[in-house]
Amino acid sequence: MPAYIARRLLWMVAVLVAVTFITFIIFYLLPAVEPAALRAGKTPSPALLAHIRQTLGLQRPWYDQYLHFLDRLLFHLDLGYSYQYDISVRSALAERLPATISLTLGAALLWLAGALALGTLAALRRHSLLDRLVGALTLLGISAPVYWLALLALFLFADVTGKLHLLPGAGSYVPISEEPLQWLESLVLPWLVLAISLGAFYARLLRANLTEVLAEPYIRTARAKGISQAQVLLRHALRPALTPFLTAAGMDIALLLGGAILTETAFNIPGIGRLLYEAVLNGDLPMIQGTVLVGAIFIVVMNAIVDLLYVWLDPRVRLA
Amino acid sequence: MAGSAPRASFWRRFAARRSTLLGLAFILLLVAVAAAAPIVVSVVGAPGPDRPDYAALSSFGTPTGPSLAGGHIFGVDPLGRDVFSRVIYGARASLEVALLATALALLIGVLLGAAAGYFGGVLDTVISRLTDLFLAFPAFLLAIGLASACELGKGCVGGLVHPGTGAVVFVIVLVTWTYVARLVRGQVLALRELEFIEAARAIGCSHLRIIVRELLPNLAAPVAVYATYAIPQNILLEAALSYLGLGVQPPTPSWGQMLAEATPIFNSAWWYMAFPGAALLLTVLAFNLLGEGVQAALARPVAQRVRIA
Repeated sequence: MPAYIARRLLWMVAVLVAVTFITFIIFYLLPAVEPAALRAGKTPSPALLAHIRQTLGLQRPWYDQYLHFLDRLLFHLDLGYSYQYDISVRSALAERLPATISLTLGAALLWLAGALALGTLAALRRHSLLDRLVGALTLLGISAPVYWLALLALFLFADVTGKLHLLPGAGSYVPISEEPLQWLESLVLPWLVLAISLGAFYARLLRANLTEVLAEPYIRTARAKGISQAQVLLRHALRPALTPFLTAAGMDIALLLGGAILTETAFNIPGIGRLLYEAVLNGDLPMIQGTVLVGAIFIVVMNAIVDLLYVWLDPRVRLA
Repeated sequence: MAGSAPRASFWRRFAARRSTLLGLAFILLLVAVAAAAPIVVSVVGAPGPDRPDYAALSSFGTPTGPSLAGGHIFGVDPLGRDVFSRVIYGARASLEVALLATALALLIGVLLGAAAGYFGGVLDTVISRLTDLFLAFPAFLLAIGLASACELGKGCVGGLVHPGTGAVVFVIVLVTWTYVARLVRGQVLALRELEFIEAARAIGCSHLRIIVRELLPNLAAPVAVYATYAIPQNILLEAALSYLGLGVQPPTPSWGQMLAEATPIFNSAWWYMAFPGAALLLTVLAFNLLGEGVQAALARPVAQRVRIA
């Protein structure tokens, strides 16, 4: 077990370093914007540009810059300063993370609970009216772009801009520490939109897997032994059917924690996704590195959690 | 897949679902409309996608909604351009990018995946590690990063890829080929050990012949299922990139770009968000219905998806 943990941790660090390297290569070799120009203001003199390049270390060879970045990151946990704004990447990340975490976790709760209920009901009552309704609605859910659903939700339900004036619209997000009630209200529409968009896939996934498991001989055996329907479902059928469900959930939650760019854009929520998007448009390399690294950390950690969950859910799986 | 019996049963099961045929019919109609866009637009009597009609703007300069009398059945955009024409022409960008990107990713992924699975060795190690790494890297973020490099400024890869439709295809292929390679490698690893491959080797078939004549036909089913899921995914990916201003560049109309322009005025000009969005929804829906039919007829599991949120 200790050997497994050590190997796993080493691999995680290797992946993260590789991710920073790929990011560096993409944005160093293919810069959309000259980084020095970001700080220089309008029509800068060549001397000023050269001076800024000097202070940012941009005149050094690329491998030297990358090693410098890696050294600061690994030994000082320092991600450097934004090229564009006078703010450290770490403090920008700390400021933006709560919004993205609020958005993702609230939506995840809704979409997992909803999909669990609808997927199970549809699988138990196959070809019923309910099953067909769930099938049709989830098909619409996986086909609609999330930012369009957001526009529709704002058009129908948002105050000021909507028809029904039920909930705060775009740009109403406030941190939970300032106004807890407004925080909650402002996130209801984004949560619902994200939950519908992602939950549709999960309901379909669970229905398909559960249908397959329920046809297995061991389920028939369990039923033949006289175990109640609820027991068959909870103890025998759901456990294997949930394995792919949880893998996908881990992956999606990790991805969204790294920035739900489209949802954040549509609802104007100041999260990690917006931060990354703006940094990408501006060629702000330290900020891009920081946000991508945070996203990759979420993915790598979540993969480890999902692997541990497997062992718990399926006794046949052993960590090796 | 050789012989007519499996093929006949595939078509029978495929055609048995009404929803599949509905999806297929919509796709064929869409392809026809996109190909004949100028004719469709002139038959309806709408102006072209780029012609501003200043008379269709109100006295405050805001766009007006759908009206039969004004000749703009879907209304006009803030520049006075006909939304119907732009939606019809937008189908071109959507289909071009998605079909081309899917085809190229399949070509690269099948070739490299089959080679990795069949030959093993260094090639397999390199390709496997590369696909592992891509899975740890958020695909949508990678697409945004590459697209920003390729679409803004002069283009990427030393100026080989210019901003525009080609660059979107390039980005989507680069982000998605690893999914195909991974899938194909796994399949080939399993097939390689079967008796019919051993038999082919025993009678002295060359590697090329074994790959092309023995392995590839057996990959048709999983690859077909992957393709039917990849096409709607890629349509959504193109639209999302265009929505963020990193996809198809103006003046070429695309649905994602129209939705981005519609966002700030969605409550005063509902038609501008409604029609391009509905076109996108119906197109993806049709491809998903088709995919469901192919999946059911081949009895294959769901393929991996790129998350776009």
